Amino acid sequence: MLEKALKGSRGYGIWVAFLLLLVAVGFFFYLRQLDYGLGITGMSRDISWGLYIAQFTFLVGIAASAVMLVLPYYLHDFKAFGKITILGEFLAVSAVTMCVTFVFIDLGRPDRVANLFLYPSPRSVLFWDIIVLNGYLLLNIVTGWTVLESDRKGVPPPAWVKPLIVLSIPWAVSIHTVTAFIYAGLPGRGFWLTAIMAPRFLASAFASGPALLILFCLILRRFSLFDAGEKAIQTLVKIVAYALATSIFFVLVEIFTVFYSQIPGHMNHLTYLFAGLEGHHTIARWMSVSAVTALASLILLLIPRTRKNESLLALACIGVFLSLWIEKGLGLVVTGFVPSPLETITNYTPTVPEMAVTISVWALGLLMITLLYKIFITVRKEE
Amino acid sequence: MMATTRREFLKTAGLSTVSLVFPLLPSLALAQAGIPGAGILSPAAPGSLPALKARRWTMTVEPRKCRPACTDCITACHLEHNVPDFKNPKDDVHWISLERVGHVFPAEAHPRLPDAIRGLSVPVLCNHCENPPCVRVCPTQATFKRADGIVMMDYHRCIGCRFCMAACPYGSRSMNYRDPRPFIRKINPAFPTRTKGVVEKCNFCEERLARGMLPACVIACKDKALAFGDLDESRSPVRLILDRNLSLRRRAELGTGPQVYYIL
Repeated sequence: MLEKALKGSRGYGIWVAFLLLLVAVGFFFYLRQLDYGLGITGMSRDISWGLYIAQFTFLVGIAASAVMLVLPYYLHDFKAFGKITILGEFLAVSAVTMCVTFVFIDLGRPDRVANLFLYPSPRSVLFWDIIVLNGYLLLNIVTGWTVLESDRKGVPPPAWVKPLIVLSIPWAVSIHTVTAFIYAGLPGRGFWLTAIMAPRFLASAFASGPALLILFCLILRRFSLFDAGEKAIQTLVKIVAYALATSIFFVLVEIFTVFYSQIPGHMNHLTYLFAGLEGHHTIARWMSVSAVTALASLILLLIPRTRKNESLLALACIGVFLSLWIEKGLGLVVTGFVPSPLETITNYTPTVPEMAVTISVWALGLLMITLLYKIFITVRKEE
Repeated sequence: MMATTRREFLKTAGLSTVSLVFPLLPSLALAQAGIPGAGILSPAAPGSLPALKARRWTMTVEPRKCRPACTDCITACHLEHNVPDFKNPKDDVHWISLERVGHVFPAEAHPRLPDAIRGLSVPVLCNHCENPPCVRVCPTQATFKRADGIVMMDYHRCIGCRFCMAACPYGSRSMNYRDPRPFIRKINPAFPTRTKGVVEKCNFCEERLARGMLPACVIACKDKALAFGDLDESRSPVRLILDRNLSLRRRAELGTGPQVYYIL
């Protein structure tokens, strides 16, 4: 089926070339990073994880899009999702690939990556995260591809796929939980040391992933003949709305606990995140954008008239994506390091090479989505 | 040329054999002076003393003994271990640093502390925790705890994921964001330099202990503000101090069991 990604319209060719160019630019900067060291980024002794690990964390959430389709379709026989389940699985494949790439480019000694397998350390959460991420990647590649292949041949999918699909449901929960445990299990970082971290990850994931999927469905409807169907899209919208509301609720719960108990070690971080500390306001400004966008999007998604309007729906989904990207892809990681264990406030500003590398990994993911979706559309057209 | 090398080799080999046969001689002299390994700072000291051993290596720090603006412990440590000086906070690598009391003990600091205490510079270093979070999170066991309590780093196994830096509640770990070698003032050939991309930290001078010498910072401190010894040995220098004073440990409430004790 792979050859179906090779033939396409002029616009398709230009888009693929553009993404390849972005990947190439980022690769050039990554080679410079290999040569100079991670010092080429904005990371420092105090803020030792930055944009790369934050993108990884956010993208684990995007990978959730699959389970929100697979669960209703395979467990509750919700037929409307039948057409787009594979889209969700392919989005998960691309998102997890980006996750693994972000973790890899964040390594100081990528040449030693094999040490993860040569000296497996079950006490390390990172060890488990690598297992669940790669497992999830494999599950979604196999199930998505096999089901599409059967569609092409016009036969029902083989019986052995179904258990794998069912397995992918709890597995999706595991990737968020284990990723949250990377943060929530550290004794010295008050901002991350919260049992609600994993539930928060799940809630925001079930909003951001399906929101992106809705956007892709809208794009496909406009630029190809594939229509996901109004029922499928409107059901996804409700999933996004509920998940977003839950996500906002969880953040408010966190804010209550921290500011009512008033323990300085926990309060400092949240003050930095939402209001700024000692004149450092950059993250707080981003977070106010995130808060406003989340609330505005939630309103647009809750009112039936606005969520049924295609342009307003697209706007709301962009809003959800942007808001949660700021929360996870910027705020969550850096704020854990500020203030530092020695009470200092260090600024973190991503550098140009760091941003170029980050954009290129996103481009790589988008390229994968483009190619996989192209194959999907072509197969569906031929049916 | 060849002959000289050979002769020199035999001479060295002979001396080494002598020190193997009579290993007690130098340490006997030192034992009379009080502490084994005392006074030896040069890492290239000839011969080798029997290794210093303990069930639980521990350090005590008495910042009130420190002379103002003294940085002897830092200098000695960083020279001994080839710690680079990047001269900027972003790439900074250090094993010991001096910090304000309020930053080291935020929970204990309050506005009515006497100025003499509030103004103190407190040496901070790896706490060699009894229950180290950095060891727990390391995905390759590049950082591990020895039976005598020293938390070690294997620079050849570290993949540079920096999970340990996030896990350390004390900010004791540094990442080599760049190649450190051009920034080492004077390379000590007796200790390995690091490559870019690995994490490093204080090792309680395990390489010196193995050669019968106390940690470089302890020896370098002319004010005897640092003491080092076995926590399980009732006559060790650290026990003499701990038995008589109220001691503090950094963020002890986290359950990490720091093995660096502060007398303030």
